[in-house]
Amino acid sequence: MLSGRLVPGLVSMAGRVCLSRGSAGSGAIGPVEAAIRTKLEQALSPEVLELRNESSGHAVPPGSETHFRVAVVSSRFEGLSPLQRHRLVHAALAEELAGPVHALAIQARTPAQWRENSQLDTSPPCLGGNKKALGTP
Amino acid sequence: GGGSAEQLDALVKKDKVVVFLKGTPEQPQCGFSNAVVQILRLHGVRDYAAYNVLDDPELRQGIKDYSNWPTIPQVYLNGEFVGGCDILLQMHQNGDLVEELKKLGIHSALLDEKKDQDSK
Repeated sequence: MLSGRLVPGLVSMAGRVCLSRGSAGSGAIGPVEAAIRTKLEQALSPEVLELRNESSGHAVPPGSETHFRVAVVSSRFEGLSPLQRHRLVHAALAEELAGPVHALAIQARTPAQWRENSQLDTSPPCLGGNKKALGTP
Repeated sequence: GGGSAEQLDALVKKDKVVVFLKGTPEQPQCGFSNAVVQILRLHGVRDYAAYNVLDDPELRQGIKDYSNWPTIPQVYLNGEFVGGCDILLQMHQNGDLVEELKKLGIHSALLDEKKDQDSK
């Protein structure tokens, strides 16, 4: 019987996570990651910007820069709905999203919201995308 | 298949809850699409339209153009684009999803759970 809480393991809420820069396997920051960071800094003047390359968790070659997770804390989000906030982020990254970036998980909070809750979400496990032919029972 | 704006407009308005996924509710092929399926399942939403963009490249691009949203999954409630997985998760966590479903005449299963818990 499912409880009211989200199925465990589906999306786990990270505690106080120590996020390192250069999150791709090799530890180096790729050009796409650098561009994302620069553009979000310019567009949103964030108080906090945590950017994570999650490509290594997906069905793409090593060193890919296709799947990202970003947490942005900015006063520019005040008064905006979640949808409007996400669209602001998309607008800043239009080039990357039309290009190499295939998935972008976003947490967009105002400074007040961040002080209330600075937990960072983590992404659910990849299910293979269109590269994996899942066997049917 | 097809991804014209008119076709998609009709598609998202045809059902109260419409989602565009990678894969199907029975067999999601993307963790983020699966999250949408699981959230709807938690709320006991069974009657919803799910379209698999992996089956149809025109649909896959067309729905992104239609909503001006670059990624899949996409969630529509009452014909209106609501957002992707992150937004649906947020709505689930803060109670907004229960409210939005109520407006559509859908009684979330979580309300019954809460009632059961309260009455113990």
